[in-house]
Amino acid sequence: MSPENAATAAKLNITAGNRSKTVEMIVTGVLIACSLVAILVTVGIVFSLLFESLRFFERVPMSEFLFGTKWSPQTALRADQVAADGAFGAVPLITGTLLISFIAMCVATPLGLFSAIYLSEYASKRTRDWVKPLLEILAGIPTVVYGFFAALVVAPMLRSTGESVGLNVSSESALAAGLIMGVMIIPLISSLSDDVINAVPQSLRDASLGLGSTDSETIRNVILPAAIPGIAGSLLLAASRAIGETMIVVMAAGLAANLTANPLEAVTTITAQIVALLTGDQEFDSAKTLSAFALGLLLFIVTLILNVISLKIVNKYREQYD
Amino acid sequence: MNNIVTEMSGAASVQNKPAVNKAPIFTAKNVDVYYGAKQALDKINLDIPRNKVTSLIGPSGCGKSTFLRCLNRMNDLVDICRVEGDIQLEGQDIYAPEVDVVALRQHVGMVFQKPNPFPKSIYDNIAYGPRIHGLTSSKSELDDIVEWSLQRAGLWKEVSDRLQEPGTGLSGGQQQRLCIARAIAVRPEVILMDEPCSALDPIATATIEELIDELREKFTIVIVTHSMQQAARVSQRTAFFHLGNLVETGATKTLFTSPEDERTQNYITGRIG
Repeated sequence: MSPENAATAAKLNITAGNRSKTVEMIVTGVLIACSLVAILVTVGIVFSLLFESLRFFERVPMSEFLFGTKWSPQTALRADQVAADGAFGAVPLITGTLLISFIAMCVATPLGLFSAIYLSEYASKRTRDWVKPLLEILAGIPTVVYGFFAALVVAPMLRSTGESVGLNVSSESALAAGLIMGVMIIPLISSLSDDVINAVPQSLRDASLGLGSTDSETIRNVILPAAIPGIAGSLLLAASRAIGETMIVVMAAGLAANLTANPLEAVTTITAQIVALLTGDQEFDSAKTLSAFALGLLLFIVTLILNVISLKIVNKYREQYD
Repeated sequence: MNNIVTEMSGAASVQNKPAVNKAPIFTAKNVDVYYGAKQALDKINLDIPRNKVTSLIGPSGCGKSTFLRCLNRMNDLVDICRVEGDIQLEGQDIYAPEVDVVALRQHVGMVFQKPNPFPKSIYDNIAYGPRIHGLTSSKSELDDIVEWSLQRAGLWKEVSDRLQEPGTGLSGGQQQRLCIARAIAVRPEVILMDEPCSALDPIATATIEELIDELREKFTIVIVTHSMQQAARVSQRTAFFHLGNLVETGATKTLFTSPEDERTQNYITGRIG
């Protein structure tokens, strides 16, 4: 360093830059505010669900709601009206939801999982490049389209097929709604499972193939065992999506609260009932309207639990090979 | 596939006789390898002698690993890879259409750069190959193979009391010996090793090198290595690759003390690398 430089060094300005710190602070503030809005709204919704549900449980005991097997939420406008006492047993709704979700999972699990295995292990890069986006288009179809497809195409088809073999199929059957809902969640399962399978290190495939395993032996003995926790997580996530799905069931499953395990009969679901309870003009403080909040809370708790469990599983699995 | 199997067992019985089979186990003639449009290997001619350790050396990207992976067709897994020329194992073209790569890889095993035990128990890691190939008919036979393989890989004393613990819980050097044990459990004729010590510390490396020296009694070994010292320590034959060409091949001692080609000379003295 020359003496000249040494002299100027003392004047180096390191205390006040020419760009304002306030800009940084404003930016930070805006960003925080934006994320706060989302959080606060969520918290608000949860609390509203909670308090309205509490108001509902003042009128209808929680035990009746959770364990009652009769659902007919008509309340009387006049004391002498027929069916004056509403019945708020959510069990037929819960079983209907589970039945349809179960059918959907029966359709989507094999189809989604096998297409994920095909895409990640067998398909050439070129096939993969156009099949994967195509599968993901399925995820982009609005659920209302799936809904009327189920109600107007699949349900009548099932009905006529059923009649031809002597089965009595309801025109709004759990089967029609479940099948189409299954198709809807295929891309969810296939794309999550595909990620999980791809996360299994290539070195394990090499090891297995290098020992003289076939592709299918490698998949069964090495890849699937390593990927199974993640796949389970993706299935749970898909199940929670199926349970919360609304449009398809509103249009294809109907509103008859039957307590049945027969997929050919009409059933109703929690989501379809919430829609039915709140469409049209309603008194805001009747038990009928308030029951929608209780159903919403129930649904929220179930899907929240499923989501938390599945995300935990998926994340735990991801860490394993990092 | 049957051809390969009968040929192999024939070869094995030849090996047991005192008369040593002098014919090379692998012969490669005019082997070209392309990745897409890029040529990775150019007209490679190389014989791999039986029951010896052959090391493939050369700077990064010279094609030595590519050549190694041609020998058990692991290159098949790379979509854009194309192999031309003739590679024969015991006189059979391994790229012939009737060859079953699964059967081929049973005879030509592989140990990889990074230890890659399965996330299973030590026992199941070793038993994996014998199980898929149906080599055993009873549990006790399988137990014997597991013990034999671990003995051979010098790991038995360290793990015999914890065979049911996960293989991934072992140290790096132990994991690599586990992988070697796993490879020899299917009784291959040839073991390919792709820089087997590059992820290991010097002590674990020394153990593996001793092991390689013992293994050549029973197996033919081809090893890719970055370390010239390692090549000099473990191998009897060395092949030097440079920019996709096989520059020089010969007895390890000769190649390191009096190389014929200037490029070999430059590489072993550290001028190219």
